[in-house]
Amino acid sequence: MTIQANAPTSENTSKNTGDANTTEARYEILDTARRQVLEDGIGLTQEQLVEVLRLPDEALPAALQLAHEVRLKHCGEDVEVEGIISIKTGGCPEDCHFCSQSGLFDSPVRGVWLDIPELVNAAKETAATGATEFCIVAAVRGPDIKLMNQIKFAIDRINEAVDINIACSLGMLTQRQVDQLAEWGVHRYNHNLETARSYFPEVVTTHSYEERLETCNMVKAAGMELCCGALIGMGETLEQRAELAAQLAALEPHEVPLNFLNPRPGTPLENQGIMDGRDALRAIAAFRLAMPRTVLRYAGGRELTLGDLGTREGLLGGINAVIVGNYLTTLGRPATADLNLLVELNMPIKELQKTL
Amino acid sequence: MNAAALPKRTTAGSQAGGFCGHCGEPDDGGTGPASCIHRRCGELMALEPPRYCPSCRRRMKVQVTPLGWSAECSRHGVLVP
Ligand code: SF4
Ligand SMILES: [Zn+2]
Ligand SMILES: [Zn+2]
Repeated sequence: MTIQANAPTSENTSKNTGDANTTEARYEILDTARRQVLEDGIGLTQEQLVEVLRLPDEALPAALQLAHEVRLKHCGEDVEVEGIISIKTGGCPEDCHFCSQSGLFDSPVRGVWLDIPELVNAAKETAATGATEFCIVAAVRGPDIKLMNQIKFAIDRINEAVDINIACSLGMLTQRQVDQLAEWGVHRYNHNLETARSYFPEVVTTHSYEERLETCNMVKAAGMELCCGALIGMGETLEQRAELAAQLAALEPHEVPLNFLNPRPGTPLENQGIMDGRDALRAIAAFRLAMPRTVLRYAGGRELTLGDLGTREGLLGGINAVIVGNYLTTLGRPATADLNLLVELNMPIKELQKTL
Repeated sequence: MNAAALPKRTTAGSQAGGFCGHCGEPDDGGTGPASCIHRRCGELMALEPPRYCPSCRRRMKVQVTPLGWSAECSRHGVLVP
């Protein structure tokens, strides 16, 4: 039986009676999600997602369990492993308030370009972990000709050296650049929404949400897979977190990397605290229930926000992809820690399917 | 400056008498009172590479790769994990 969301049934909540199985409370939103998302494959709406994000801690295991079932049914048991690398670090003209690579803040991150032999070497090392995706990232508003030429050269050298899918994240694109990347065999392009439309102006002032959406839509129209992520824990409300999940779901991205704010020295968000691990887990469950078929990837900040235990809970709560090893300017936990965890959880690493 | 021409150093043993790699402030390497203010820096450095040269506190050029990192000071060479 079910009653209102957030209110456990009275008959089953007495702490002193019976075993754990019979004291489990039921939440209407989770029953709804079981029918709507698990059975029918229809993601939760923004209003429904707010209810998930507001679930009390006692309901969290049930929410994660349901999200895990949704992931298994609609995505399968494979986990997609990816490595990311910065080809051009720092000195970005944009002002994303969370980012240590903006040239507008007094951040200790210095501008640097990676040379191509090192990039190829990193691609090889990444492939050796079992990863099937290698994402080349540049801290730019959008690519100029120099960067596009570097990317073309890098793609060719990586393809000569190792079998791995190449993704790119180079900021906002023109139609011509979208077409070029598609032609060069870039199979996935990352361009995040980062936060809800209603919160975006608090976080970025040098470009608009609409400009972000434009690039996302062009990428999809060109036949590349769209990777479009979120960064939560920036001071947005739960409603805005739900709004973000719904706005992402409407874009139907192939992949959603989920980042948790890691407050960076010198940035406007440096004093924003690290978000609560249980809120992060609620968000993981909510994002999965918003997007039953999307690749939902653990990205930056999980080490701080979730720790080892939370990392495991998220993988059993809707996550089906990881960034392995380090990030762009910060370090992750050792690649072996994640790979061993996948073995322990009996989750096979997705194999390479190159579409040429 | 060509990084390859500079000596490779590791972070081990390079802190004493120098600067904190995280915040760039003077660090006595754990032997005196200055080390207290860098305890948190030390914890944070488990999840980020050093940004300041421990010998001269110049900001270093840091390159992070999926399985490693390197940090180059134009004067004191390249630090690796
Ligand atoms: S556009 Fe990207 S690199 Fe530039 S400031 Fe924003 S997040 Fe950082
Ligand atoms: Zn310090
Ligand atoms: Zn130095």
